[in-house]
Amino acid sequence: MIWLRYNAKEGIAAIALAVLFAGYIAIHPRGFSTYVITIWSNQGALLGLAAIAQFFVVLVKGIDLSVGSIIALTNVAASFLLNGSPASIAFGILAVLAVGLACGLVNGIAVVYGRVQPIVTTLATGGIFGGIALLLRPTPGGSIDATMSDALTYAVAGIPVSAIILVIVLVVLRILLRRTASGPALYAVGSSEQSAYMTGLRVNRLKLIAYGSSGFIAALAGIYVSMVTLTGDPNIAPSYTLNSIAAVVLGGVALSGGVGSPIGAVIGALILKTISSLMFFSGLPPLAQPFFEGLILAIAIALGALGVFRVHSRLELYR
Amino acid sequence: MAEGYVELKGVSKSYGGVPALTDVDFRCEPGRVHAILGENGAGKSTLMKLLAGVIQPDTGTISIGGQTVRFSSPREAAEQGTVCMFQELSLMPHLSVRDNIVLGAPRTRMGLMQRGVYREAREALDLVGARSIPLDARVSSLSLSERQLVEIAKALFRKPKLLILDEATSALTSELVEKVFGVLKMLKERGVAILFISHRMHEVDTIADRISVFRNGRHIETFDVGMRTTDEIVRLMIGRSLEELFPPRRPPVSDTAATVLDVSGVSWQSQLADVSLTARAGEIVGLGGLDAQGQQQIMHAIFGVLRGVTGRITLNGRRLNGLKPPRLKQSDIALALVPEDRKTEGLIPSMSVAQNMRLAALGRAPFGLLDLNGNIEARLHELIERLALTYGSLDDPVATLSGGNQQKVVLAKWLVLSPKCLLLMDPTRGIDLPTKAHIYRLLTELAAGGMAVLLQSTDYEELIHLCDRVYVFYRGRVAKELMGDHLSADALVAASMNVNLHAEARTG
Amino acid sequence: MTGLTARSVSTRKPPRRLSRDRLSVLLIAVGCVVLLLGGSILYPGFLKPGYILQQLQIASFLGIIATGAMLVILLGEIDLSVPWTITGTAIVVISASGSSNPVIASLAIPLGLCLGVAVGLLNAIGVAVFRVPAMVWTLAVNAMLLGAAVFYTGNSRPNGEVPWLATQVAIGRTFGIPNAFLVWLGVAVITVWVLKRTVYGNYLYALGNSRRAVFLAGAPVRLVIVATFVLAGMFSSFGAILLLGYTNQAYQGMGDPYLMPVISAVVIGGTSIQGGRGNYIGTFAGAIFITLLSSILSVMQMPAAARAVIFGAIILVMLLVHSLTGENEDTA
Repeated sequence: MIWLRYNAKEGIAAIALAVLFAGYIAIHPRGFSTYVITIWSNQGALLGLAAIAQFFVVLVKGIDLSVGSIIALTNVAASFLLNGSPASIAFGILAVLAVGLACGLVNGIAVVYGRVQPIVTTLATGGIFGGIALLLRPTPGGSIDATMSDALTYAVAGIPVSAIILVIVLVVLRILLRRTASGPALYAVGSSEQSAYMTGLRVNRLKLIAYGSSGFIAALAGIYVSMVTLTGDPNIAPSYTLNSIAAVVLGGVALSGGVGSPIGAVIGALILKTISSLMFFSGLPPLAQPFFEGLILAIAIALGALGVFRVHSRLELYR
Repeated sequence: MAEGYVELKGVSKSYGGVPALTDVDFRCEPGRVHAILGENGAGKSTLMKLLAGVIQPDTGTISIGGQTVRFSSPREAAEQGTVCMFQELSLMPHLSVRDNIVLGAPRTRMGLMQRGVYREAREALDLVGARSIPLDARVSSLSLSERQLVEIAKALFRKPKLLILDEATSALTSELVEKVFGVLKMLKERGVAILFISHRMHEVDTIADRISVFRNGRHIETFDVGMRTTDEIVRLMIGRSLEELFPPRRPPVSDTAATVLDVSGVSWQSQLADVSLTARAGEIVGLGGLDAQGQQQIMHAIFGVLRGVTGRITLNGRRLNGLKPPRLKQSDIALALVPEDRKTEGLIPSMSVAQNMRLAALGRAPFGLLDLNGNIEARLHELIERLALTYGSLDDPVATLSGGNQQKVVLAKWLVLSPKCLLLMDPTRGIDLPTKAHIYRLLTELAAGGMAVLLQSTDYEELIHLCDRVYVFYRGRVAKELMGDHLSADALVAASMNVNLHAEARTG
Repeated sequence: MTGLTARSVSTRKPPRRLSRDRLSVLLIAVGCVVLLLGGSILYPGFLKPGYILQQLQIASFLGIIATGAMLVILLGEIDLSVPWTITGTAIVVISASGSSNPVIASLAIPLGLCLGVAVGLLNAIGVAVFRVPAMVWTLAVNAMLLGAAVFYTGNSRPNGEVPWLATQVAIGRTFGIPNAFLVWLGVAVITVWVLKRTVYGNYLYALGNSRRAVFLAGAPVRLVIVATFVLAGMFSSFGAILLLGYTNQAYQGMGDPYLMPVISAVVIGGTSIQGGRGNYIGTFAGAIFITLLSSILSVMQMPAAARAVIFGAIILVMLLVHSLTGENEDTA
C-alpha cells in the first residue's frame, strides 16, 4: 500500500510493538488478564499523551523540553481542583486545561514572536513551569476525586478505560489533522516553512496552534496522571520530557518536522513502556535493567537511522 | 477593463544597498500574455516577488485594478487574485500532491475540507498534462519536471486574475510546454493577465503578445511581439552585441593534447546511464540539455559526492572511483567543483569573504595551524586582483557582495589550489553581465594555460561561444556530442529534446 | 588581511552581524556587573574579594564543562550526555583511586578522562556515522551511562578516595587565587586560540553554518565531528574530577543539576544554539553570570522552587534580548 511506503517507520514500529507486547504478556506471571492489560494501558496512556504533546511541537520543526514540566504543573493544579462537587470538578478540568494551553502558548509566543530557538526557549520555560509547580505544592499531595479516578483507571467490559480515552483522542486528532485546513497546513509548515509562506499559509498562527495544542494535550496527561496517582507531584517532569522525545523518534516522527503522526508517537511511547515492563519481569537483575533499557533505546534509534546507509548521494547527508 | 490591470510606478527595491530594481514603470493588461525578458540579474525575479507580495517596494506604488495595493504577504496577494508560480517552486516535499495544490485555497464547511476540491485539483493537473501524477504521490518522489507541472496546477487552482510564471518551464519537454501554453491561451481568453518571465526566446515568441525588456534593474522597453528582431531584442537585453560579451574564439585544441578527465560507462541509480565523456588539457567542454537530465549528477559523480557509482572515472590516469572531495582536491589529483547553488553549497553566507576564500585551502591536516602568511595567502591576493573582486572589506560577510562577486569568491577559493581540472555547475546563473564577461575571459585563459574545464550550463550562448565541444544530456544519457559547425542553437535545442535532426545523428 | 587596497562598494555599510558577537559579550558582561552590584545591595559581603574569588572558583567547574558544550553547540549539535558523564567519571575516579591496586589508584584521573573520551566516541558514532539526531542519541547514551553506573555501584553511594591532585586543584589556592580558576583561565586561553587560529577551529565554525558548503570544499567533516564530541566528553570528565575534589564525594545523580546551567551559560553568552556563531568569552562570562545568579538567589533565601522560576525567567529574558536585537536584515 502507498501508506506503508511513505510511513515505513510507523509500520515497523507497530510491528515491533506487537512483538514486544506479545513477549511481555508471555513473560508476565498473570498473563493475558484484564489486570495486566489495564496497568500496561494506563502507564502507556500517560507517556502516550506526553508523546502526542511532543509530536505537535516537533511537527513544526521545534522541540519541547518543557513538556514534562507542563505535565507536572497541570498535575499539581489538578490536585487542588479536581475534587468536590461535580460542578467544581468540571470547572477544575477546564481550568487545568486552560493552564496547559497557556503554558503551550507561552512557548509558542516566545518562539514565534521572540524568535528564540525552541530548544532553548523550552529549556528556560521548563524551569519556570516546574518551579511554579514546586511552589504550589512543595511535596506531593492533594486530593483527587476517588470515584472519578476509579472510573478512568479501571476497565469496562475488559477494555481499559485509558485505552478508550487514548483511542478517542487519536481519532479526534486524526480528523483534525487530515480533514481540516489547518491540519495538513501544520505539516506544510514543518516540511518547508518558506514554501508554506509562499503558498499563503499563515505560518505564525499555525505555529501557535501547534504549541497551544501541545500544552493542551500535556494538560490532558497531567489530569490523567492525577487520576492514576491520586496526587499532585511536582517532581515527575524529567522522565516525561526525555521519554517523550525518545518516543516520538521511535514512532517515526522526524525531528526535522513535517513527518509523522500522533499514532506513531503513541506507538513509540508504548514501545518504551513495554520494554521497561519486559525488563521488570525478564529475570534480569534489577540493577542491570536501566542499562539495558538505555541500550535497547540506543539500538532501536540506530536501527531507525539505518536508512542513512542506503543514501546514494552524500549531499543528502548534509543539511 | 480595469480589473486585473497591473501598474507599477516609480518602483525601486534594494537589498542591503545593492539595487535590484530602479525606478520602474510598468503596465500589464488583462487578457494578454506579457513576457518579461532579461538577463540574469536584470531584476525579473525581484519584480515578480514584489507583485506576489513576498517583498515590498522601497519606493513607488503598485496598483491592481486601479487601486493602490501594498501586499505584506503572498497570502494577501493571492486573495486579491495574484498567483505566482515560482522558479524555486513553493512545494512542500513531505506532503502529497493534492495537499500541495489545495492548501493555498482550501474550502471548508464547518471546519472540514470539502471533497469537491480534490476533484478540482485533479482537473487542474489533467489540464497541464499531468494525468499520470497521482494525487496521493508525495512531492519528494517526483522528478523536477513533474514538480513544475504540480506548481503550475497549483497556481491554476487558485483561479488567478493575474498569473505570474517565473521560468516555469525550464525542465519541461516540448509537448508539455505546448500543453501548458494551451492552458495559458485559454486563460487569456478568459481575461486573465499573464506575466511570463523567461530567458528563452523561442518560447516567448510562441506565447507572448507583448514583451518588456529589463536590464540591470531598469525597465528598458516594451513592445508588441514582432516589432523587433531577435538581434535587436538581444541587444536590448544585454546592452551590447553577443560578440562583445564573449572573448574571441580560441583555436581548436591540438589532437595531441592529453586527456585529463576520462569518464567511461558511468551509471548511477536511474539518473545516469552509461555516460562517457572526456576533457582534454586546454579544452572547455560543455554539458547541456534540459534541466535535471543528468548533467549535475555526472559532475557530482566525478567529484565523489555520489555513492554506488559504477563505471570508470580517471583523472590524468588516476582512478577516481570511490575517492571523496578531501582526497580529490589534493595536489596530485587537483580536481575542483564550483557547485550549483552559490548560497548554500558554494559559500557560507554569514562568514567573511576571507574565510570563504580560504575554505578549500585550509591545511592538509585538519588539526594544523592556520597559515595566515604563507603561500596560500599570497596567491589569494593575486587572485583577488586577477578576478577584479569588488568588496568593502575582506572581513565583511560574503553575503554583502553582489552575486557576481560572490561567484568570484567561489572561483578564487578553488583556483588558489591550482586545479588541473575544473568542474563548473551553471556558474553564471544570476550574475550581472560585466561579471559574466569577466568569467568567460577567465575560463578561456585558464583553458589556454592547460586546465581542463567542464562547464555545465543552461545558457545556449555560453555553450556555443565558449565551448570546444558540448555533450547534450537527455534522461541520464549523453544524447549527442556537438562540436565545430554542428554546435548551433538549433542543434542544441533539438538534442535537448532528443529530436533527430540528421539521418546520421547518433542518439544516446 | 593587510596590505590590500580595498575597493569601496557603493554605499553599503557592513551589517551589524559582525559586531553582534561583541554586543552579546558586552551584554552578558554588563549582566554580571549588574548582578554583582545588585547582589551587594542585598548582601554587602558580595563585593568582598574573598567572596568574588569563591564565586570564580565555583564558576570554574561550570565553565570548564561549558567549554566542551560550547564546541558541540558551535558545530550545530548538542550533547545531552553531560549529566551522567559527570557522575560516571566521578564514580570511576573515586573507585579507582580507592583501589587496593596502586597502579590503578595512580591512574585514577587518566581513567576518568578516558571515560570522557569513550563517551565522546560513542556520541560521535551515533551522530557522525548513523546520523541520528544528536539530541536523541546523546539522550540514549546518557541513559546507558545511568544504567551502567547503577549497575556498577549497586545503586548505592560509590566508595573510594578522592585523588590528592583533584582536591589540590579544586580547593587549593596559589597566591590567593583559586587553582580551579587558574586552570579555567588556562583552558580559556587555549580555547580562544584554538577557535581562532587553528584549522579545526575554522572548520568548526564553518560546519556550524553550512555543512554542505564545507563538505563540498573538501573538508573532513566526520573527523571534525568526532573530535568535537571527544573533546566535549573530556571536558565533562575534567569538570567532574574537579567537582569531586571540591565536594570530596561522588553520588548518584551529581551531574543532573548541571545540564541546564551549562547550556544556559553557552547560549546567554551569545553562542547561537543552531551553531556557527559565538565567542568563547561570552561563554566564560555566561558561566560567571549563572554562578552569580545562583548565589544571589540562594542568599536571598528563596525556596528552591522560586529560584528555579526566576532562573528560568531571566534566561528567557536574556534569550529574547539576544534574539530581538539581532533581527535587522532583509531576506533577498
